[in-house]
Amino acid sequence: MASIEMRGLTKAYAGGVVAVNSLDLTIADGEFFALLGPSGCGKTTLLRTIAGLEQATEGSLLLNGRDVTTAPPGKRDVAMVFQDYALFPHMNVNENIAYPLRIQKVPSAERRAKAEETGAGLGLSELMERRPGQLSGGQQQRVALARAIAYRPQVFLFDEPLSNLDARLRLEARTFLKRLQKDLGVTTVFVTHDQAEALAMADRMAVMESGHIRQIGTPSEVFHRPVNVFVANFIGSTPMNLIPARVGPAGESLVVASTSLPVPTSAVGQLAEDEDVLLGSRPEYTDVSCSEGPGALRGTVAVLENLGATALVSVETGDLSVQAVVPEGEEPAIGAEAWVLPQRQRALVYRVTDGLLVSRAPDESAGAGAAPDAGSATEVASA
Amino acid sequence: MAAQATSAAAPETDAAGLGKARATAFVTPALLLVGAFLVFPALWTLYLGITDYRLTGIAAADPQIVGLQNYTDALTDPQFRNALALTLLFVLGSAIVGQTVLGFSIAWSMRAVPKTVKTVVESLVLLAWILPSSIVAFLWIAYLNRDNGTLNSVLGTSGFDWLLGHPMLSIIVFNTWRGTAFSMLLFSAALNAVPPSQLETARLAGADTFAQFRDVVFPHIRGHVLTNTLLISLWTFNDFSPYLLTAGGPNHASETLPVYIYNSALYSGELGYGSAISLIMLLINLLIAVFYLRLLKDRRS
Repeated sequence: MASIEMRGLTKAYAGGVVAVNSLDLTIADGEFFALLGPSGCGKTTLLRTIAGLEQATEGSLLLNGRDVTTAPPGKRDVAMVFQDYALFPHMNVNENIAYPLRIQKVPSAERRAKAEETGAGLGLSELMERRPGQLSGGQQQRVALARAIAYRPQVFLFDEPLSNLDARLRLEARTFLKRLQKDLGVTTVFVTHDQAEALAMADRMAVMESGHIRQIGTPSEVFHRPVNVFVANFIGSTPMNLIPARVGPAGESLVVASTSLPVPTSAVGQLAEDEDVLLGSRPEYTDVSCSEGPGALRGTVAVLENLGATALVSVETGDLSVQAVVPEGEEPAIGAEAWVLPQRQRALVYRVTDGLLVSRAPDESAGAGAAPDAGSATEVASA
Repeated sequence: MAAQATSAAAPETDAAGLGKARATAFVTPALLLVGAFLVFPALWTLYLGITDYRLTGIAAADPQIVGLQNYTDALTDPQFRNALALTLLFVLGSAIVGQTVLGFSIAWSMRAVPKTVKTVVESLVLLAWILPSSIVAFLWIAYLNRDNGTLNSVLGTSGFDWLLGHPMLSIIVFNTWRGTAFSMLLFSAALNAVPPSQLETARLAGADTFAQFRDVVFPHIRGHVLTNTLLISLWTFNDFSPYLLTAGGPNHASETLPVYIYNSALYSGELGYGSAISLIMLLINLLIAVFYLRLLKDRRS
């Protein structure tokens, strides 16, 4: 059990590529922490630097208060589960699980028993004599987990643990992993490019872009109040609507095309007249109506996508396409006239100049989401 | 031959739609060449092996069938046993130990070096492999030369004749140098196929380099090691280039089997005897091959 602390951690490659740029981050003991970002953002490099598979070029890394910046991977007491599981094909399940114990010179009988016990805990009892090649993807993943668990490391590192599983199994594994992590209470860092996965599993998460952390917070904070346009775009199953607008007279309205919209609650009193902004509104928090209402954008329904219990409506208004999610049975007809209205309580405003969230009180970042530990939310300004 | 078999089984509808006659016409030239240059010499060697055929003299004009005389002669001939022992030493020293170990070491250490270094080292090693034997032999004779040789200059041992003093050591080192490229290339490819995540898992568990090799690398490249050993053993066993350095001497001290055959059959003119030893050598080759292939099969099942 350990906390992980990074101070000014930097990883630059010989070619001049800076994969991780002067990063400060503290992950609490027992936390389930997600590193989220598009490919090439440095999240895997950061994970590998924590593991010791990459050497930090600057800064320091502390595990449980101990400086391990230059310690070799085997001396850090961390276990990593790789995307391809990295099971040894010539060893059976028991030998695979017991491998780290064997390296640590645990006596044969003891490590066999330990592997049996850990395997049983993950439902692998029937498979202990099989080779990895005879297992399904989900079973292989559980063997890889068992191998990581069996020697009780202080930290688990998961590199895209679910991406080799098919869609249905991935959902099961998500729940399974989250419960397992809670049961074991081991500090866990996992890397993913799937925002839904990060939102669903993590206690806290960091959204990364080109070597920098753009936002750290609970999934709820990150979902409800993305601190900049990048995070706003990246988080959410359906991308957030970002509607170009200009601030109206006295900063009391937002003008889109010729329609005047009310300023969202979160930005009231923060805007100057004639400022160019982006009005951010998640499709889930955007209403569609077939009749005209005050502050609604008029357009025509262009596309209808069925999402099961809901439908995604794309309304074209001028050059703009605004998406909204409506409950099933309430979909407007394609081609019909419709009015879209961002929910004032949930909508956000971003400045065009720096892409940052306009916020009434920057410290009070838990405004929209119910986050018990609001103080832990850190907003990192983009360069 | 495949085309022939097909057309024989189903003359009207063979795969290429040629018909039996045309298929035969296509295959015949190749079969004639194979027959003239492979099958006939092999059978002719078999025949010569049971005669007292010589390069010159009466027996050259009128060879007599002597049965298994040549074979029993060979097996009791101390010269033959000497050659066989030297060949095994040559294979063990230059192929199994020399080329395999050196080739693997180079391949292993080239994984983590800058690309330019890797390219230079691999090019040098390959150069030794692709140069013609005669040129290479000349270079080595110059290198080992008694008076002005590079090696003697470096070691300050002017006047020492390596080819006379240590003939076997000389040809073993020579052949190791010459043939390492193959093992290096094969092992480089094999090492590339070891999944990095498995090595990293071992490192995270605290495995040292030896444990990583034993538990991760070797199980992955075991098949390659066997294939490599089989091929270079056979090539080294049949290698004639030591002749270019020592001609089997001094006093048979570096006379491996191929050199012994050459000396017996062509130098001494005993073609019948030489043919018999050739066949024995072929059988030994087969034995080596069967041994390795069985090992490979056991590992796979």
